[in-house]
Amino acid sequence: MDWSIAKILMQDGIVTGVIYALLAVSLVLVFAVTRIILIVQGEFVTYGALSFALMADNQVPGNRWLLVAGGGLVFLRELWLVFRGKPAGTLIGSALFSLALPLAVFFAVPTVLATEPSLWIKALLALLLVVPLGPMLYKLAYEPIAESSVLVLFVVSIAVHFAFVGMGLVFFGAEGRLVSEPFFDGQLDLFGLTWTYQSLFVIAMTVVIIVALWLFFGYTLYGKALRATAVNRRGARLVGISTSMSGFLTFLLSSIVGVLSGIMIVSFISLTYETGFMIGLKGFVGAIIGGLMSYPIAAAGALLVGIIESFSTFWASEYKEVIVFGLIIPVLLILSVTSRHDQEE
Amino acid sequence: MKKWPVLVFILLLAVVPLVPGVPEFWINQLNAIGIASLVVIGLVVLTGVGGLTSFGQATFVGVGAYASAWLTTVHAQSPWMGLILGIVLTLLLAFILAQITLRLSGHYLSLATIAVCLIFYYLYGNMPFLGRHDGIPGIPPISFFGYPLLQAQSIYYLIWFVVLLAAWTGINLLNSRSGRAIRSLKNGEKMAQSFGVHTFHYKVIAFIYAAVLAGLAGWLYAHEQRAVSPSTFGINYGIEYLFMMVVGSVASVWGGIFGAAVILTLKDQIQDIAPRLFDTSTNFELIVFGVLVVLVLHHARDGLWPIVTGFFSNLFRKGIVRQTPASAWWSAAPVLDKKEKPQKDSTLLQVKAIRKQFGGLVAVNDIDFSVNAGQIVGLIGPNGAGKSTTFNLITGVLPLTSGSIVFRGKPLASATAEEIARLGIARSFQHTQLLPQMSVLENVALGAHLRRSAGALRSLLRLDRQDEAALLREAAIQLERVGLADSMYELAGNLSLGKQRIVEVARALALDPSLLLLDEPAAGLRYLEKRELAAVLSALRDEGMSILLVEHDMDFVMKLTNHLVVMDFGTKIAEGTPAQIQQNEKVLQAYLGGLDDEVIVDEPSVGKAGNNEVHA
Repeated sequence: MDWSIAKILMQDGIVTGVIYALLAVSLVLVFAVTRIILIVQGEFVTYGALSFALMADNQVPGNRWLLVAGGGLVFLRELWLVFRGKPAGTLIGSALFSLALPLAVFFAVPTVLATEPSLWIKALLALLLVVPLGPMLYKLAYEPIAESSVLVLFVVSIAVHFAFVGMGLVFFGAEGRLVSEPFFDGQLDLFGLTWTYQSLFVIAMTVVIIVALWLFFGYTLYGKALRATAVNRRGARLVGISTSMSGFLTFLLSSIVGVLSGIMIVSFISLTYETGFMIGLKGFVGAIIGGLMSYPIAAAGALLVGIIESFSTFWASEYKEVIVFGLIIPVLLILSVTSRHDQEE
Repeated sequence: MKKWPVLVFILLLAVVPLVPGVPEFWINQLNAIGIASLVVIGLVVLTGVGGLTSFGQATFVGVGAYASAWLTTVHAQSPWMGLILGIVLTLLLAFILAQITLRLSGHYLSLATIAVCLIFYYLYGNMPFLGRHDGIPGIPPISFFGYPLLQAQSIYYLIWFVVLLAAWTGINLLNSRSGRAIRSLKNGEKMAQSFGVHTFHYKVIAFIYAAVLAGLAGWLYAHEQRAVSPSTFGINYGIEYLFMMVVGSVASVWGGIFGAAVILTLKDQIQDIAPRLFDTSTNFELIVFGVLVVLVLHHARDGLWPIVTGFFSNLFRKGIVRQTPASAWWSAAPVLDKKEKPQKDSTLLQVKAIRKQFGGLVAVNDIDFSVNAGQIVGLIGPNGAGKSTTFNLITGVLPLTSGSIVFRGKPLASATAEEIARLGIARSFQHTQLLPQMSVLENVALGAHLRRSAGALRSLLRLDRQDEAALLREAAIQLERVGLADSMYELAGNLSLGKQRIVEVARALALDPSLLLLDEPAAGLRYLEKRELAAVLSALRDEGMSILLVEHDMDFVMKLTNHLVVMDFGTKIAEGTPAQIQQNEKVLQAYLGGLDDEVIVDEPSVGKAGNNEVHA
């Protein structure tokens, strides 16, 4: 291999790596705040990517039904809780989020698509279609057992992943999809390489999202509340930060990150309904490199995963996945030697 | 589980293939359930009981299957050689994985099992000598004395014989010294360590046990299907095995078999019905399993098996079957050896200038005191005085900043909880740490863990019964000693808090300690319970036991102890007999001058002159 090929592989690796990095940061965030290993993050990616891809093809994605059904279930559960004595004040907010919003999106999607909108509008619709599923999922699957052990929550995540993959096949079919139309057309020469605007856009978007997350956590009250929960759950509850609120918010953030990643990644990798699992797991490999604690190390680790993946595609494409997932073995070995007293809370 | 339902179950299994007209499909389905049951029995021990979640048991199934498939086709060896190779490779892989992951928190193990399962899936799919994605066809059947098990009916008996054998070993393992250690892993790891249980060792045992059963299942699978391909060892299958355990039972091997039956039957039914409802091919069972598992975890955390058995035991209500009375096996059981006890009044524990700093905060400020053999020493002080920190320093839970602790001439400074237990120091916990799902007797027997050495292999085959009887006998003796002999077969979680605290004392005694460390043993007890506890402790002292206790209840402490150490703001402010302490001005000031605690001072002697600083 010569230097020019190495540079191209590096470029490829960086573009997918930044997306893994985004997912890794979000996975660490969810784990820190809620102790949930969010395997289903990968499904946010595929749902976002595939509904975007369907709409780019001017088809109405079937998962709008899921949005309405999920919202209905959330509202029914809320009604049940009010019936059991929860203050009724939250009911209006809940109705807006879980009934009005899904129904509005449900009817808006075909109407807007009929006007043949730009790719940007379609991306926005994909966000609206999929992002609310995150908080809904938290309400239905996790909130009732939020105080369970990490491992029980992990099994729930796996179960939810199963259900999402199963439904994904129903909504999106088995074939892979790619959005060939880019957000930006054109290319640019930089560091002796040709970069498409699209790939620079992906890198820039990632940086923007990470900065936005940093601003959110550093400078807003809600961000600080989530940080407090991550540091000390019980303490945070004692000063009035509700577990339910922080779970809702964390899942909102992670589904936004997942869907945005999906919209970006589907422009250069063909995705099927079950690819998300692997993409999410690669984010996890990065997150584990950061010990599921450090955001910068997780991001750097995920970037490394992207680059290693790109190089192993060149050298031993058949064993690409073996190499990428094999990465966690030395990482776990190092972790287990260095952190002797790593105990679950 | 009682004996007769097991017999009925075995009888049914034996008869089913003989009934004329039973479709071959049923037998195949039962074979599949049996093979999956093997994996799930391992998962019940590993995940349900031990709390170590593996999503990747399909990896080991694959190793067992591919090893035998490769050896019997490429090298034309007998399936029995394949079995040996499969088990050896499974052991090797499980051992390596265990060393890498089991020292970390549980979720790393889970993530690692997913990763390893994917790695092996891609390896099978790409390695030319394993037939890549096509797998290996034409595997010979297993044969017994020249009789090949070709028919579904004939391998059926082998499969279910192995399943029953596995269930038997699983039950044996769980009801043994090793089993109690494995059962402590989920919620009482720290507690078990303080009774000398090397918990890492038991994690490895549980992991390897589950892996070997999975490898065995793989071997059976390869020779039942007569072909292997990567797809059946993928991550989805690994997850399905875990779902079988979750849906079946987290505690019972029979429940595991039930779970395997439920999931596989459901899967078959869905794959039969779904294509008629939907025009496209869907993975409808994925949705159903996902939702089912979430619902089970929300509403029936222990699985569906307890509900089923509950229903049947209501149906055939025959009163609670009492276990054989203790006296029946006591006399026959061997007696455990006792350690040599220190001489009365010799110095047992010497604490010299111990110090603990958390950053700038000095929680324990150069405290000295000692405990002599046959003494009850109390460590008291207002809230936040540093009593619990001192206690944690002595028990090895927290490391010392400086100073030394010497027990019978041996320094404890860097000893782990396990080593401290080996030296003969037993402790109780401020928040009682019994295993609620285990009987009182077994909880106490866990305390005697170090006094016998029966290993997991012997328990699997039930060769440990002498040791087991000796341990249970010791537990029964200690329960009788503290007056709880009547409750020994109850579940520990059903006892009142007061009784639980006394069980903790009995468990500590089962270690055969020369020093007992009790952390607030009277907290939350009612008046009568306190009196009973005091009587038990003072009887122990009369038998020569030494006790160090941290306690808030002044009345309790004053009546019971020989010697008191009083702390305030991390510093020792006084030391002496209870009578001396009651008159000590500094102590009175610490208690009455502050905002802390209720104070019970019997004598109206506040402010009397003299005895400002008392040193015994």
